[in-house]
Amino acid sequence: MDFRFTEDEQMILDAVHELGREELQPHACEVAERGEFPEEAIELCREMDIFAIPVEEKWGGLGFGFLLWGAVGELLSYYCQTTGSVYGAHMLCQYPIMAFGTDDQKEKYLKPLTTGEHIGAFGLTEPNAGSDAGSVQTRAELRGDKYILNGTKIFISNGGVAETYVIIANLDPSKGTRGLTAFIVEKGMPGFEFGKNEKKMGWDALPNRELIFQDCEVPVENVLYKPGRGFRVAMGTLGVGRIGMAVGAVGLAQAAFDAAILYAQQRVQFGQRIAEFQAIQFKLADMATEIEASRLLYQKAAWLKDQGEAFEKIASMAKLYSSETVSRVTSQAVQVHGGVGYTREFPVERYMRDAKLFEIVEGTSEIQRGIISNLLLRENHI
Amino acid sequence: MNIIVCIKQVPDTSEVRIDPQTNTIIREGVPSIINPFDENAIEQAVQLVEQYGGKVTVVTMGPPQAEAALREALAMGCDEAILVSDRCFAASDTLATSYVLSNTIREIGGYDLIFCGKQAFDGDTAQVPPGIAEQLGIPQVTFAIGLEVDGKKARVRRLLEDEFEVVEAKMPVLISCVKQMNDPRRPGIKAKLAAKKKEVKVWDSACINAEACYCGFDGSPTRVVRTFAPKRDIEGERFEGEPADCAVAVVERLIGQKII
Repeated sequence: MDFRFTEDEQMILDAVHELGREELQPHACEVAERGEFPEEAIELCREMDIFAIPVEEKWGGLGFGFLLWGAVGELLSYYCQTTGSVYGAHMLCQYPIMAFGTDDQKEKYLKPLTTGEHIGAFGLTEPNAGSDAGSVQTRAELRGDKYILNGTKIFISNGGVAETYVIIANLDPSKGTRGLTAFIVEKGMPGFEFGKNEKKMGWDALPNRELIFQDCEVPVENVLYKPGRGFRVAMGTLGVGRIGMAVGAVGLAQAAFDAAILYAQQRVQFGQRIAEFQAIQFKLADMATEIEASRLLYQKAAWLKDQGEAFEKIASMAKLYSSETVSRVTSQAVQVHGGVGYTREFPVERYMRDAKLFEIVEGTSEIQRGIISNLLLRENHI
Repeated sequence: MNIIVCIKQVPDTSEVRIDPQTNTIIREGVPSIINPFDENAIEQAVQLVEQYGGKVTVVTMGPPQAEAALREALAMGCDEAILVSDRCFAASDTLATSYVLSNTIREIGGYDLIFCGKQAFDGDTAQVPPGIAEQLGIPQVTFAIGLEVDGKKARVRRLLEDEFEVVEAKMPVLISCVKQMNDPRRPGIKAKLAAKKKEVKVWDSACINAEACYCGFDGSPTRVVRTFAPKRDIEGERFEGEPADCAVAVVERLIGQKII
């Protein structure tokens, strides 16, 4: 077992560190407060080939694995939570095309997603279908050489700014998940409009928009994988997505921890730095330990994925544990800061608001526990 | 258009520590980077070649680890890289360095332009670029902020203390670049990986026909007597109170001292 990255991978991580330190972190707070998509940060990521990491060289990628993809995502979230979240949401579109697309689809859609020329988004969630994918009500009907989509998706990350969308619709709602079909939909296709952008507790600069399909015409060649097999596409995508959420949670938790340990050594009360009080020391020890454990979980999930082995259980564990970790760690980071931690003068209050979403998005903690226990019982069936 | 860029690898800090025994810079444990002004020189060269065609050859004199700076330059778009490295180059002053670099440039030959950063971040002498031009016997224009070339001559805008100066020089010409000249690109991951696979030529003193008596310690008339960080013995004055009252007090003090 070797925990070190290769020389090339380390060089990439050093470059991302530099990008984050010099270009992303100085604007992270302003980006979140303005609440607008971070165009400049994404342009810098494009120039750095950040979106090319786990894609085959044939499609313009760098041919690395999801372990490195995760490590880069952690750094992006560490320096700028918004940039990290765009990076994560982008993969939810890039990955299904990588994994399930035809060569023609990869040529047309994966290549620009890999250069970052196009941003991607994934649309599964609806008002009555989130965790329960079988209840998707967006309909797809075959008419000639086109599918006609009707319905509404909500909360779609990168919605509106993305050029390419992987959309899950149902060919036959009576069949439940067996009617689900994945489509590649382009911004600007007739009948595809954007609705409202949600105002949220955190993640202010990440767009979460409604996607409205009204007799939206999608060519048959834009079916991803096979008609009626959209559930498989969705589950495959969410598996990688869970690694992505764990990655983002670890990056954010590390940022909160670093802020806390710095402040604890600056703030003086009762004649000593508060870092000298055991009450603070024990908090710091717990925070760092939980972050380390979360990181190891996402790394193992990504490593399993890179080996072509089943990774879903560990990915769910990583998502569950790291999202609960980031909630605890950011809350404790505010606690270490005391009163100023609650003000907008320090970033930790924003970290705490951002943290909560990790326990909800892409399968709540409850759903993750359900997935993990189902898999455990299947493995240990008597 | 064939361009040569001379760069230097420097420690990544403006607060370099000095060894009090030897009066030299302590380099151990300090990460190394391309001298920031040299990045402007590289950027300028790469932009010109993108516009007019040709190639950029990047050169550095230094120990084997200076190869990292050359690889970074290759990632930024330079086509070829040469590391001039020899034990006899150690302890070269600006004169000896200019000798080594000008011999290297002569060996490369066929150049239209030479770019350097205006000075190195660590030594801050700004003597090497003029030194190279003198030894090559070509014109030099220092502190360039802007540039137009037409194949035969270069029209250079120089950044002086209170003014700009526009001068023309026949090519080949050596130009030293200031920070404001451009915004050096940040190479992407693909370019960095590709640069790792490119060849970096290593030339020693024999390759450039350098005579040992003009290189290193023997070729360096400069003797460093002492290097030290200047002591700050001017005490600052602190104005406390309401910002508006402080501003008035500061202005009064400045008027009182006839500064404004």
